[in-house]
Amino acid sequence: MKKVEIDAKGMHYTPLNKMIREAVKNGAKEIILDNVIGQRFIADGLKGDVTIRINGVAGGDLGMFMNGPTCIVNGNCDHAPGNTMDGGTIVIHGSAGDAVAHSMRGGKLFVEKNIGYRGGIHMKQYEEDRRPALVVGGASHAFLGEYMAGGLIIVLGIGQENPVMDRGIGSGIHGGMIVIRGEVKDELLGVGARKMEFGEKELEMITPYVEEFCKHFDTEPSGLLDTNYTCIVPASTRPFAGKYTWE
Amino acid sequence: MSLGSVPLKYKVTIDREQCMHCMRCINNCSYGVFHREDDRIIIDSRKCTACHHCISMCPRDAISLQERPVDYRSHPLWTAEAREDIINQARTGKIILAGMGNAKPYPVIFDRLVLDACQVTNPSIDPLREPMELRTYIGKKPPRLEIDKKDNGDIEMLTKLTPNLKLETPIMIGHMSYGAISLNAQLSLAKAVEKTGTFMGTGEGGLHEAIYPYQKNMIVQVASGRFGVDINYLERGAAIEIKIGQGAKPGIGGHLPGEKVCQDVSCTRMIPLGSDAISPAPHHDIYSIEDLAQLVRSLKEATEWKKPVFVKIAAVHNAAAIAAGIARSSADAVVIDGFRGGSGATPKVFRDNVGIPIEAAVASVDQKLKDQGIRNKISVIASGGIRNSADIAKSIALGADAVYIGTGALIAMGCRVCGQCYRGMCPWGIATQRQELVDRLDPEIESEHVANLIRSWTLELSELMGAAGINSIESLRSNRSRLRGYMLDEGTLDVLQVKPVGA
Repeated sequence: MKKVEIDAKGMHYTPLNKMIREAVKNGAKEIILDNVIGQRFIADGLKGDVTIRINGVAGGDLGMFMNGPTCIVNGNCDHAPGNTMDGGTIVIHGSAGDAVAHSMRGGKLFVEKNIGYRGGIHMKQYEEDRRPALVVGGASHAFLGEYMAGGLIIVLGIGQENPVMDRGIGSGIHGGMIVIRGEVKDELLGVGARKMEFGEKELEMITPYVEEFCKHFDTEPSGLLDTNYTCIVPASTRPFAGKYTWE
Repeated sequence: MSLGSVPLKYKVTIDREQCMHCMRCINNCSYGVFHREDDRIIIDSRKCTACHHCISMCPRDAISLQERPVDYRSHPLWTAEAREDIINQARTGKIILAGMGNAKPYPVIFDRLVLDACQVTNPSIDPLREPMELRTYIGKKPPRLEIDKKDNGDIEMLTKLTPNLKLETPIMIGHMSYGAISLNAQLSLAKAVEKTGTFMGTGEGGLHEAIYPYQKNMIVQVASGRFGVDINYLERGAAIEIKIGQGAKPGIGGHLPGEKVCQDVSCTRMIPLGSDAISPAPHHDIYSIEDLAQLVRSLKEATEWKKPVFVKIAAVHNAAAIAAGIARSSADAVVIDGFRGGSGATPKVFRDNVGIPIEAAVASVDQKLKDQGIRNKISVIASGGIRNSADIAKSIALGADAVYIGTGALIAMGCRVCGQCYRGMCPWGIATQRQELVDRLDPEIESEHVANLIRSWTLELSELMGAAGINSIESLRSNRSRLRGYMLDEGTLDVLQVKPVGA
């Protein structure tokens, strides 16, 4: 396994990404980026089978359009990690900003702590192998899963009483599922979203994601594997079907 | 009490003397206007959309069509349209959906601008004899070139140029997605731009495999729904366009109805079969001009800064200031889509009332960029309601580098602007996904029609330029002294920076 270490101190994102691409081209299986301090677009559009360990704070759009690699961030992330991502895994040992997993079409994104506004907005799925998942350990702000067209969002609320206290959950949702630990007040649901009972079948569905989350962050899944979740799904796959009349 | 029916929009008649009962009208009308009862063709005019497919296919010219055969009491304010819209909304309680561009009779500024020609003092140029330079480069131009002269006489350019698109004519085809139009329609356009050395947009519908052979002529679009966007798509395109807005519907997103999401459209857009494809009004990773710069750079970074990135906005009141912001975002071109821009499906209230004309928008954008000394940083593409080569010449003289055409290219393939695109029944095989209708459109033939249109307009452009004594498109660009305004008000002339006729 070929390991490459890059010191990102003071480096602009373009040469940094160039070095990452070069390393992947040369067969690197593991790339360690030290002293990352807000460089944007890390692994943007990157393809291949490689694990990138990011030590520091990753800037905006980490893993945008990425297909394949794994990014492990030992620190927080700025906004939109996993933006329009196609495949691969992002693991964030910390919190992330707004629009996490925006329009993500495939792969998995795990956030240990909290996320900002518009998490999982317009996530979509396509065929069986392109079913994205966003798992948040802590809490989320407003507009979670807005316009969601597919995939899965899980908010585990570890150490939180109410992991989602803001409004607009799933407004305009027309595919996929949002799973939130504990009760969610009805008035927090957006237009087009409805609650569905969370039973054993749903628990079975989320279990592998919860177990993977716990593996990444070295915690115990046992306290999380019960049916104390709220499941939010689309009221219709055609939210705008009844809005128009012909000229 | 019932509202009853509104009068017929169109009245279709068959000249029974001429009719030879070939029944082609029955087969050609996808809306079901004609059917056969015994030996007689029965007409249901209420279903007619004035698409003219039956008329164009009738071997005896036996079919006639009349618009609004029933008079209302005439009234300058309460037009038939105003009354019928109210009746429609009283029945349904819904938003009225319409197709094609702005249908209100606003004055057309293009038609009040006249071009110049040479007489005596400077000779005009005959394009038959002299080379006319219509080649256009879209993208950033360096403010100056640094060169190094070697001892052996060689010259090396030190300035690093950014990627530009090379167009053989300043006419491109705008973005019409696979989904909104059929694959055969898109394929026809793709073949046409390849033949004529120019480019076309994919729209937000992904890139179908059948279009891959033409990818070097495709501008791939990234819009708020991110449909069909992945790294391979970005790498395939010759350029990438971020769609912020559309002239036909500034400020709102788009919804491709589930009925149009067939197996192939689903694969190309990478969305589930039969579900609505919803493009939200904003990009949810762009809430500011700084965020736009970030999306531009993310696309450049993903494609290793090898491709120009365009940003398309609808022409709105502050278009000039917005374009100036875009020019500072690393974008290579800004597309301004005027309020007459086409659309397959748009709320009528937006289509007819929101946005400003392309003529004014392009002129003010060009002026603002020049005032700020950043015109070279970005190309300007005018779009929305370009009907002929004169509109193109005028757009360029007002400050555009190139234009996008849309509806014009569709008309070249048969479209008669009936405006029913959103119904998915287009008898010309353009705005439909029904295979039996799509099959009517032969990409070999229609690509030639579209290519002919581009060739004709290119020829006319070179004639217009020659007459004005201009032998390079660059000398026409933003050359407002070659325009005069005829019956335009002082305020508009001031915005256009054009003198009135006679001045």
